Amino acid sequence: MSVSRILGLQYEFRWSVLWESPYGEWLLQGIKNTVVLSLLAWLVALVLGIALGFLRTAPWRIPRALATGYVEFFRNTPLLVQLFFWYFAVPQVLPAGPWRDALNSLNLQTPILTVNYEFLAGLGGLGVYTSARVGETIRAGIQAIPRQQTEAALSSGLSLGQAYRYVLIPVGLRIVIPPMATEFLSIFKNSSLAVTIGFAEVTFQTQQVNSYTFKGLEAVTAATLIYLAISLTIAAFMNRLERRYAIPGLIARGATRE
Amino acid sequence: MDLDWTIIVRNWPVLLSGFVNTLKLAVLAIGASFLLGVVAGAARLSRSPYLHYPAVVYIEFIRGVPLIMVIFWFYFLTPILAGRPLDNFTSALIAFIVFEGAYLAEIVRAGIQSVPVGQAQAAISTGLSQRQAMRHVILPQAIRNMIPALVTRFIVLFMDTSLAYVIGFRELTRVARIIAEREFRAFEVYTFIAIVYFVCTYAMSLVARRVEDRLGPA
Repeated sequence: MSVSRILGLQYEFRWSVLWESPYGEWLLQGIKNTVVLSLLAWLVALVLGIALGFLRTAPWRIPRALATGYVEFFRNTPLLVQLFFWYFAVPQVLPAGPWRDALNSLNLQTPILTVNYEFLAGLGGLGVYTSARVGETIRAGIQAIPRQQTEAALSSGLSLGQAYRYVLIPVGLRIVIPPMATEFLSIFKNSSLAVTIGFAEVTFQTQQVNSYTFKGLEAVTAATLIYLAISLTIAAFMNRLERRYAIPGLIARGATRE
Repeated sequence: MDLDWTIIVRNWPVLLSGFVNTLKLAVLAIGASFLLGVVAGAARLSRSPYLHYPAVVYIEFIRGVPLIMVIFWFYFLTPILAGRPLDNFTSALIAFIVFEGAYLAEIVRAGIQSVPVGQAQAAISTGLSQRQAMRHVILPQAIRNMIPALVTRFIVLFMDTSLAYVIGFRELTRVARIIAEREFRAFEVYTFIAIVYFVCTYAMSLVARRVEDRLGPA
């Protein structure tokens, strides 16, 4: 008695592959790795993104041009190609020696996850790609602040650095919470691409289950539900954050959503 | 570090065929997903619950999962549904249309909602039917408002075609991977295709800027 009989499909479902040992543990492992990779990459993206937002609005021409070039390049090339670049191309051009060997054979067991080159390349690739998008968002946020606020900050005796530190970046970040929430959701979904460089996140583990059991549809369904659950959880959390940190009288909620 | 850029020239025909496949996938997916997006976006705004709720479920569900998952579904599902194996181009194309349709639907919805209500009321009071008002008055204005967001999304779609790599379709990224593995020249090959993608997406954004200037704000 199966779904396939009802739909008239030539396929026999076997959902138990999702919790049988060892497949169930593989999927759990994958969830943990997806979450850890995404959160750490988000941290990288946020730090770099704030720096980019600062450089792109600050009054120095050459740093601004460099930051613009960085943003345009990493925003306009596919994440997959960027991951391949970090994973396959960078080791090729590193100077040969103990340093490169150490990187290639890196296998550090930490309580949270195994740190190897797959992880580092995934973290760097995802972080840099997202930082360009985050930097662009933060630039827009800073530019949305009325010019008088900058002038007021400067004329009250703050240096340019202080004006950014205490006025422009905090206010700019609050303005862009809704688009940043979208980016934060995207980083979890984009982390699935780390499967292509062999990092053992959710998608990778479903592929493993598929290749051991030939039950691809069940495995993909499980992964889909996992991603959906992650997305819904984050969306609910971000909604609360938005409401809490919205600047009164400035943003209609949801107005900046696409 | 010694780089050998002649690798690009020596593998030119293969790279070109990959690029042509990327373009084929991108152009067909952009065209078809835009149609799906218009239908789903309009359905989401419909007063009929039979149109509204399925559209909401489709859009929100797709937007909650990664593209790579949608590609895998159709890869595993289409042969079962069709009862015979499908080539990976077809299954990738279906996946892209279904995935992008949801994102484009949201852009279409926002575009339609950006048209002042008075326009629809005026159209209907001149004797147009609901459908005629949509077709001749609202959609033309809405599409003009949507252009910037649409182009951004088309650029994303163009880059996303690289994901057809995962089911083995020989587009630019897959072809690059094959060359890089065979020749041990990852740096040259991936740098080259990154530049190719960048030139294409940058050109798309320049064209879009000109179109926007021509049309002006609606």
